[in-house]
Amino acid sequence: MLLTYRDALNQAMREEMRRDGNIFLIGEEVGYYQGAFKVSKGFVEEFGPQRVVDTPITEAGFTGLAIGAAMAGLQPIVELMTMNFGIVALDQIVNNAAKIRYMSGGQLSVPLVIRGPGSAAHQLGAQHSQSLESWFCHVPGLKVVAPATPQDAKGLLKSAIRDQNPVIFIEAQLLYGTKGEVTEGDYTIPLGVAEVKRAGSDVTLVAYSKMLLVALAAAEQLSREGIDVEIIDPRTLKPLDLETIVASVKKTGRLLIVEEGWRFCGLGAQIAESVYTAAFDYLDGPIIRVTGEDVPMPYSRHLEDAAIPDVPRVVAAVRSVCGAG
Amino acid sequence: MTDMDRDDLLALYRQMLLIRRFEEKSAEMYALAKIAGFLHLYIGEEAIAVGAIAALQPDDYVISAYRDHGHCLARGSDPDKVMAELFGKATGLCHGKGGSMHLVDLPHRFMGGYAIVGGHIPLAAGLAFATKYQKLDLVTVCFFGEGAVPSGQAHEAFNLAALWKLPVIFICENNRYCMGTPVQRAVALYENVAEAARSYGIKAERVDGMDVLAVRGLMRTVVDQVRAGQGPFFIEAMTYRFMGHSMADPSHGHYRTKDEVEEHRKRDPLLVLKETILTHKLCSESDFKQVEKDVSHVVTSAVKFADESPFPDPSTLHTDVMAEE
Repeated sequence: MLLTYRDALNQAMREEMRRDGNIFLIGEEVGYYQGAFKVSKGFVEEFGPQRVVDTPITEAGFTGLAIGAAMAGLQPIVELMTMNFGIVALDQIVNNAAKIRYMSGGQLSVPLVIRGPGSAAHQLGAQHSQSLESWFCHVPGLKVVAPATPQDAKGLLKSAIRDQNPVIFIEAQLLYGTKGEVTEGDYTIPLGVAEVKRAGSDVTLVAYSKMLLVALAAAEQLSREGIDVEIIDPRTLKPLDLETIVASVKKTGRLLIVEEGWRFCGLGAQIAESVYTAAFDYLDGPIIRVTGEDVPMPYSRHLEDAAIPDVPRVVAAVRSVCGAG
Repeated sequence: MTDMDRDDLLALYRQMLLIRRFEEKSAEMYALAKIAGFLHLYIGEEAIAVGAIAALQPDDYVISAYRDHGHCLARGSDPDKVMAELFGKATGLCHGKGGSMHLVDLPHRFMGGYAIVGGHIPLAAGLAFATKYQKLDLVTVCFFGEGAVPSGQAHEAFNLAALWKLPVIFICENNRYCMGTPVQRAVALYENVAEAARSYGIKAERVDGMDVLAVRGLMRTVVDQVRAGQGPFFIEAMTYRFMGHSMADPSHGHYRTKDEVEEHRKRDPLLVLKETILTHKLCSESDFKQVEKDVSHVVTSAVKFADESPFPDPSTLHTDVMAEE
């Protein structure tokens, strides 16, 4: 059925919470407000305030509380109103969630999902427009997921909830309203498995979350110029499905990585290093990255547009990689 | 006092003495480079862990900060495994992955030592949230120093615990120094640290942390109240650290005088209990000698066990980072 990304997430959580009473949702405005972005619409009515827990504005406190609850056998889903607020909870995420299993020699587990929108929306300013996935990917002990489509959002969120590790699940405000076909009922998509979103033969383009939509639009335009782009969405950023990317690069000989986050130490730098190591001999040229600009996000629309990868920039980069620029 | 049971009091004495001798031995082993990293001794503060934990049921949760040997041993952990963990051995509680500051013993419901000051207090709220969610009549006890009280995470946890009437007992071990900074230069309400909790509507009391019977007596009342669902409680236990902050800090140091340390040593919790026992003519000196002998044997065996145990195999480096499916 045709569903929005928002409703796909809603279904995933609703079905999982019906399945297992140990799963609860906690965060700011998740209950009676139904979520700042209405992802938990109808939840408090169905599950009650004990399992749909409105919190005060204390991300470190309630994220830490959820970690403690996970240590005691519950399966919390923490909603961060936006991933930016995760910075306030970073001590809990990095020092506790990610390390408790290891420090305890495997005695304790932290089965936990921390989800919410990352990346820029429209003109929200510097503190509400960040793509922080590489921060989380850097930390051993965390899984990081960033689905782009409603189908992936539902299947991956179910897998994240069932996973026994802490999973950072990054959504995007501008994706919530996007629609796509979603399989009815229960299904999961395994974490750590990429998907070829568009088959092609000339160049491989890796893009995730919102940037997948930019990549697909660019590929359409390029196909009219006779450039056949293969697009791979890793979907899970950590663990990264390098095999699928490398298999594509071996076919096309060219790789372009599109990411919205800052360039320096961005996730694309790691993907490039991994591909250079695994498939250097198959590359016909250097790996190209199209990234967000290394600036705090400006407010003004024109400046903001200039800071985020868009279709013309991706098209131009592909052309240059394919020697058609 | 009415409940002056010889075996009971001697058992408390034995536990405190075990922690004392265990840690004195740890300091020796540190000097011999058998133990490395940070080692924070609890010497002088034993009455708090022993008195508080004596009031708990086996399934209640206990969580602590980085000065955690005493809480772990008082909870009943095997001294062999604790010493082996300090030695970084495969037979340690956490197989050498935690160390002194991160002891965990799940079977004894010791949920860990945590070394970011204030960072484990939300975890305690979470453990308590879980037991309430699971409708279990369990309490969670959270130990921390007065240096953690001004931290933001402590306040976030106090607010959540009070808001949701969580069955958690916060035990502030006020040893008067936040590392080397005296409490009056670190905590605004230093004359009454418990005001921090009271300001959130949490009931609080101060207790003589050098008197194990006073600590246990207060805890018995508090545990009953908290277990009955009356919400969180905060105990400020007045104590003194006889040794330096860590092994890197001499036993007095620049920030306090030797006289001050000696003055506090006159109220050594071991002496306080021994005096009580002798005053009531419940034991003779020879009984104490026997306890000393028993404890000495346990500690010697622990060192032998730790010393003879193998180091972790390098192949275990990557195990327990992630839970396997």
